[in-house]
Amino acid sequence: MTKTITDVICPFCGTLCDDVEVVVSDDGKKLLEVANACVIGTEKFLHSQEPDRVTRPRLRQEDGSWKTVSYEEAADYTAKMLAKAKKPLMYGWSSTNCEAQSIGNEIAEIAKSCCDNTAAVCHGTTLIAVQDIGLPSCTLGEIKNRADRVIFWGCNPAHAHPRHMSRYSIFPRGFFTGKGQMSRKMVVVDPRCTDTAKMADVHLQIQQGHDYELLDALRVALKGEWLPDSVAGIPAEKIREVADIMKSGRFGIIFFGMGVTQSLSKNHNIDAAIALTKDLNEHTKFSIMPMRGHYNVTGSGEVFAWQFGFPYSVDLTRGFARYNPGDSSSVDLLTRGEVDAMFTIGSDPGAHFPISAVKGIAKVDSVCIDPHMTPTSGVSKLHVPVAFNGVECGGNCYRMDNVPIDCRKVVEPPEGMLTDQEFLTMVLDRLKKLKGVA
Amino acid sequence: MAEYIIRNGHVFDPVQGIKGDKKDICIKDGKIVDKVGSSAKVIDAKDKTVMAGAVEIHAHIAGPKVNLGRIYRPEDKLFSCTPTKGMERMGSGASIPTTFKTGYEYAKMGYTTAMEAAMPPLFSRHVHEEIRDTPIIDEGAFPVFGNNWFVLEYLKNHEIENTAAYMAWLLNVTKGYAVKVVNPGGTEAWGWGLNCLTVNDPVPYFDITPAEIVKGLMEANEYLGLPHSVHIHPNNLGNPGCYETTLDTLKLTEGIKAKNKFGREQVLHLTHTQFHSYGGTTWADFESKAKEVTDYVNKNKSITIDTGNVTLDETTTMTADGPFEHHLTGLNHLKWANVDVELETAAGVVPYIYSPNISVCAIQWAIGLEIPLMMKDPMRCYITTDHPNAGPFTRYPRVIKWLMSKKARDVQVDSFKHKDKVLSQTSIGSLDRELSLYELAQMTRAGPAKSLGLGSMVGGLKPGMDADIAVYNFNPEKPVANPDDIEKAFSRTAATFKSGVQVVSNGEIVSNGNKRTLWVSIKAKENAQVARDIAEKFVKYYSMTQANYEALGHHFVPNPFAIEVDATN
Amino acid sequence: MANSISVNLISGRTIQQGVAIESGKEKPSYRTACGIIEMDPSDLKKLGAWKSTNVKVTSDYGSVVVKAVEATQGPHPGVAFIPMGPWANSVINPNTYSTGMPTFKGTPVKIEVAINEPVLLGIELVQKNCGVIVG
Repeated sequence: MTKTITDVICPFCGTLCDDVEVVVSDDGKKLLEVANACVIGTEKFLHSQEPDRVTRPRLRQEDGSWKTVSYEEAADYTAKMLAKAKKPLMYGWSSTNCEAQSIGNEIAEIAKSCCDNTAAVCHGTTLIAVQDIGLPSCTLGEIKNRADRVIFWGCNPAHAHPRHMSRYSIFPRGFFTGKGQMSRKMVVVDPRCTDTAKMADVHLQIQQGHDYELLDALRVALKGEWLPDSVAGIPAEKIREVADIMKSGRFGIIFFGMGVTQSLSKNHNIDAAIALTKDLNEHTKFSIMPMRGHYNVTGSGEVFAWQFGFPYSVDLTRGFARYNPGDSSSVDLLTRGEVDAMFTIGSDPGAHFPISAVKGIAKVDSVCIDPHMTPTSGVSKLHVPVAFNGVECGGNCYRMDNVPIDCRKVVEPPEGMLTDQEFLTMVLDRLKKLKGVA
Repeated sequence: MAEYIIRNGHVFDPVQGIKGDKKDICIKDGKIVDKVGSSAKVIDAKDKTVMAGAVEIHAHIAGPKVNLGRIYRPEDKLFSCTPTKGMERMGSGASIPTTFKTGYEYAKMGYTTAMEAAMPPLFSRHVHEEIRDTPIIDEGAFPVFGNNWFVLEYLKNHEIENTAAYMAWLLNVTKGYAVKVVNPGGTEAWGWGLNCLTVNDPVPYFDITPAEIVKGLMEANEYLGLPHSVHIHPNNLGNPGCYETTLDTLKLTEGIKAKNKFGREQVLHLTHTQFHSYGGTTWADFESKAKEVTDYVNKNKSITIDTGNVTLDETTTMTADGPFEHHLTGLNHLKWANVDVELETAAGVVPYIYSPNISVCAIQWAIGLEIPLMMKDPMRCYITTDHPNAGPFTRYPRVIKWLMSKKARDVQVDSFKHKDKVLSQTSIGSLDRELSLYELAQMTRAGPAKSLGLGSMVGGLKPGMDADIAVYNFNPEKPVANPDDIEKAFSRTAATFKSGVQVVSNGEIVSNGNKRTLWVSIKAKENAQVARDIAEKFVKYYSMTQANYEALGHHFVPNPFAIEVDATN
Repeated sequence: MANSISVNLISGRTIQQGVAIESGKEKPSYRTACGIIEMDPSDLKKLGAWKSTNVKVTSDYGSVVVKAVEATQGPHPGVAFIPMGPWANSVINPNTYSTGMPTFKGTPVKIEVAINEPVLLGIELVQKNCGVIVG
């Protein structure tokens, strides 16, 4: 006999789909089938069942080989490393739940550490722009129910957020959008003819790295002022056409992604996109939303903010919270070689940081807490495998629109494996003893 | 638990009618008792003022818009970060402090209970996580109802029973405390960039008026017999001439009777009254209508209010009144954040600088003080700053100074750049009243507790009540030499007790206490139609499944205190 | 036809990359998904490379060997795409210009044919770049 668990939350991307169904064995130990999830989400659930999974912490030896150690030894190593370090970096947090993040923050406070999440290489520049100019936004259900203009700017949900368009943005029939896709105009801005762009009513194949210019040109077009013949490779008449599409809608939304956050103008691109959204509110209702990547990077920012006051790149080394991206941000700290211990959880900087920063991890004492073997575990001194959050343990997470959803446990982790929370609690207890904190 | 005796203090307790008599207050097992054993720990309160722990009836201290404020205002942290210290976690933020700092600051001022004033139901889990991380003080949160599609649809046909059934369901699943209404209908209109500025503006598509929404919600609230009344932020906030909308809203209470088992007498609580008491037609002829509004409230016992005092600080405004924040960013051109929430509500955030050099700000300051000074019954008017909208809650001691000292008000008025305008557009210059400590205890303790339906539990020092107590370094028998001494005395307590645990000693945190989440658990009649409607809305229109909607579990509400309401009869 | 061509390199997610990182970064499937460079057919022609030829990609910041494949989301002449991962991150511009964010998109690179050089596995590549001794 098998059991079907419904309303399961998918712990992959910021879309945080919560309608997944999972079939498990009667004893709750085996996960057999996954329904409703996208191909990536399905893989995430199924990979937890691989027989070759690492199930115990491993410490790298002098000769480079791994030695299996107990969780107690792993927690000792981690606590000692953090206690000894002058400027440890505790990075990641985006693929774990808010309770683990909370314990991690307490550890960071005692260890006087730098704390950062994957926004550092994702939507960090968005946060800087929001601090400059604000953010008129909404929840995803608002888009489902009201939006008749949907702009995807520098993002490719067909690949990165596979169910976004079917659940929220393009296809659903909402309260005021009874005709689904037919009630919406879709515009995609991307230097490539992406699979998302292929579906659009209008694709602006922008010259790569010229988003700021095109965003400003749209603001100019909205005001009906003069434009040069072409901006960022897009003819003026096309820009005016898109400006008209935007302002003629009743409710519009701009979704944006790495195309603007990671190309050269970075936060300035997003400043311009938000300013455009603000301008559009003089004509109609318009919102803008970052397409957050990891399923709980948003949650990490929220927990950092309510506990420390800043959403990412927080430096606690002076005993109080400071924030200064470029100075207190992970890639810069590692590249400059300022970090003397690296603690990674729920992310893979080894794969997703520039190699010059990864070298900074390899040089120092390091712990990688991750269910998978990754490039980060590959360059770390200690690898602590843990239960898959959202599959083998529950906990609160925040969707890309900041809506909190409580993840579910659907299957037991392999015998004796700890969750992030359990392991972090062990580290916290040990660190408190080492530092003489009550 | 340790026993305590707070000896020889000047006690001010409106619940028992004690007006500064020297008395001992005894604490045992978290409660106030008649006497304790000889081993009880003695707190010497000689020449000090003793009151119940203060009760915050309206502040934005936990949840998505508060945190959005923290996220998007790093500048609010400048010079406001506090390091880890003893058992205090580090903190930051001036107008939007972190959760830890929020709990400590309230406790240090002698507050032990606080209400988060607007919880978007879809985000209830977020609100509860922040409440969990706010130490010491008991907290509850008010889910918003005024723009909810269920409410709009039921009340269009005046279906009170269905509205009440939905209300009960939502309070139960969000672990909410009371029914909050913000810009009824106007925030739904904001979904299309529109607004409702009077009580008779129809809501687009739903074809219902704000008046019908407010009246219907009051009837449903009394149908269930909830501890608190409907708690309203009316339409047309912050605009010259808005007092007429306010009076129109207040008049909706006529004919509605309070029905509950919690000792509450009002059917409507009007919040941040200052923002709703403006006359004039433009910012140029902007003037106070505090008299008109308080005259009405003075005559109608079915209304309680809080003040919303402007403290003349740089702060962060945040409200579920989405269209207002858009309007505000158009006025001050500071950064605008907005969140529209599907089927339920919206929120906006804009920083604001209440400059004493700007006549409107100075007039707002005066109106905030006129209101409590004009209210005849201090049990129906409570001091708030609508934190952080009119100013941070950490400025309560300063507001208290202004209310207790005419001299302090005069000094402030004299310092205004547009002093003459403040005096001509308000009556602050002619108000001589100075609040007594007893009146202060009414406005910050017994009054708000009664309005919230918590009057038998907190806000007083009667044996049997929770041992929430504040001891201030203020000798009521000594004339006040300098009004600033009042501010200083109420900034840091000599001792604060929360549920019988000493949490503050000489202004320092000595315990993280035993924080509780207050919520109202309602046993309601089964209502198949409403259950069906809820299920349908989740299937068709929400972006989340119904099974994932509830705030459930230890990580959200680790220490719940449920107030039971039986509405099955 | 030339020994090398210069293009503008961008990096980003693909659905294959997403599946591969969830099914195990130690596996060859990760290399298949991300150890590639998607090039416009016209650029492949300019380079004189067949599809599925190994190429060496070099920037001011490093070099990496990946397999050249025809663009799946083209045309985009002059722009090449390596899915996000250690291969892309061996060559992208790491400068954050005081924003904290490396410049993952928009790095000028030189591409040359490298038929005889292998594409390393993901973990192997990072370990080699960092000089980690592996037992």
